[in-house]
Amino acid sequence: MDKRIASAKRADKIATVIFCIIAAMFFLLLFGFAGYVIIRGIMSAKPSMFGFTGYDDIGNQLFNTIYLVFISLLVCVPIGVFAGIYLAMYAKPGRFTKFLRMCIETLSSLPSIVVGLFGYLVFLIVLGMDRSLLAGALSISIITLPLITTTTEDAIKGLPSGYLQGSLGMGATKWQSVYHVLLPACLPRIMTGVILAAGRGFGEAAALLYTAGSGSRLYWASTNIHSAVNPWNVMRPAETLSIQIWNLQVNGQNQDLANVSSAVLMVLVLAFSILANALSRHIQAKNAGQVSGGKKR
Amino acid sequence: MFKKEYAWRGIATIGGLIVIGLTLTIGVFLAYRGSATFFQFHHTLGEFLGSADWNPVDSAAGGGTVGALIFIVGSLVTCGLALLIATPLSLGAAVFMTQISPRIGEKFFRPVVQIFAGIPSVVYGWVGLSVLVPFMRVAFHQQVGQSILVAAIVLAVMIFPTITSMTADALTAVPKTNRDGAYGLGSTRWQTIYRVIIPAAKSGIITAIIMGLARAFGEALAVAMVIGQTTALPTSIFSTSKTITTEVAAQMGNAMEGGELKAALWTLSFLLFLISLFMIWLIHRVNAPKKED
Repeated sequence: MDKRIASAKRADKIATVIFCIIAAMFFLLLFGFAGYVIIRGIMSAKPSMFGFTGYDDIGNQLFNTIYLVFISLLVCVPIGVFAGIYLAMYAKPGRFTKFLRMCIETLSSLPSIVVGLFGYLVFLIVLGMDRSLLAGALSISIITLPLITTTTEDAIKGLPSGYLQGSLGMGATKWQSVYHVLLPACLPRIMTGVILAAGRGFGEAAALLYTAGSGSRLYWASTNIHSAVNPWNVMRPAETLSIQIWNLQVNGQNQDLANVSSAVLMVLVLAFSILANALSRHIQAKNAGQVSGGKKR
Repeated sequence: MFKKEYAWRGIATIGGLIVIGLTLTIGVFLAYRGSATFFQFHHTLGEFLGSADWNPVDSAAGGGTVGALIFIVGSLVTCGLALLIATPLSLGAAVFMTQISPRIGEKFFRPVVQIFAGIPSVVYGWVGLSVLVPFMRVAFHQQVGQSILVAAIVLAVMIFPTITSMTADALTAVPKTNRDGAYGLGSTRWQTIYRVIIPAAKSGIITAIIMGLARAFGEALAVAMVIGQTTALPTSIFSTSKTITTEVAAQMGNAMEGGELKAALWTLSFLLFLISLFMIWLIHRVNAPKKED
């Protein structure tokens, strides 16, 4: 009996040590990876790489990335929020709702290359657009749509039921309650979802390969919105940072530039996910009543 | 009086309908395009799935061969290896952050893991290409350096955070009474973990692994950078090969519209779509409430 207890205790100690080692390795790996990418980016940076000429620099690609994600959010946020409101407020349990949920799940688990090919098929072959920023943005919005929808639904459902009951009790209609009470209350949560979606959009490459193309020459003084070099023209081909890394890898000429571009992309994505994380922690803390200044309760 | 109410309700419903419409359109388009291989170019499903002879003609005349076995095997082997590497480590990390040191876990570990889940895959691919590939050349005297093993390592690092954070959620969801009961009966921590907590969280852990697998399966560019892109069945973990996604990503731009190659590539894309549906079905199957007798 004593022997068994002793061996169980020994096994417990060994297991604890192994778990600690795994955790330490995990940490080393993640931080080593992030640190390596960023430090290597800084080491290979030259001031000329941050220009906006389109030759061996990343300025235009950075602009394209942000502009493209911005446009895709313009498309997917309204649709996603309305779909989320529908699911949280109006959907009745039944076949239709079940099917809608299945669709959201399917969309969210589609490989991004499949979404990119679908975008290529619909926007380029069927609709006859050229490879363009708009086609890329629309493809990205397909990828981020399910994320926004589920965040909105969860946000509304996560509110205390008193919000809706109180509002209905004062004589408001369902929509008035949604618009004046529920949406403002869960706006920070939805914002978190939007920031996460943006972070995903920044890093997306496979979906853009055949939709957004690889144009990086821009003429910043251009006033003709239809010109292929006007930065604001959404119908021009646009190379984002992630596509730039891919293209540099294919051609294999400028390693340093790819290093810098990876580092910038990484910092951009990390900043957005840290922001989203901080925001959601803040919301949690607020709901738990730990943040001073909250008047409620 | 309620005109506005109905109007907004209508708009919200349209939002839902767009989501449904989009999903159906994607499915129908891919199925329609992918079926051309079988109906227009008269290949059999058996040839597509069971033969390793991939040589579709890039013209509408057809007459080539469309055996996609190389890509299917390539995908299965790389993702399987990636899971083999990632699962034990992710499980360990999740156990550490929920059971062994919950304070560090909640305050520090979990946010870090969640943040890392969002790192773009091209960055993983690029680091794999510029660090691991040269390393393999030196360490294992490989001529090319690119190999299935490197692809699997890159994928494993990529799906680490996904599996870890979902497993941690599953472990946290185990009722506290289970743990207290086990301790009360005199179990050590390790006994509690592997006899009580892990079995109780089993379906959640399997779901996490499937989600990781789904992400690995769908990854295209990061794998394409490090797998070496040779159209041949892999003979060892050091050989170069191709996966479904990398073949589609590499060839789609060159293929002629309406040609046999393009049709075969669409069939591959449709296969990817079906695989992701299958994974969803699997997750539902795992999480379905068990009928107690």
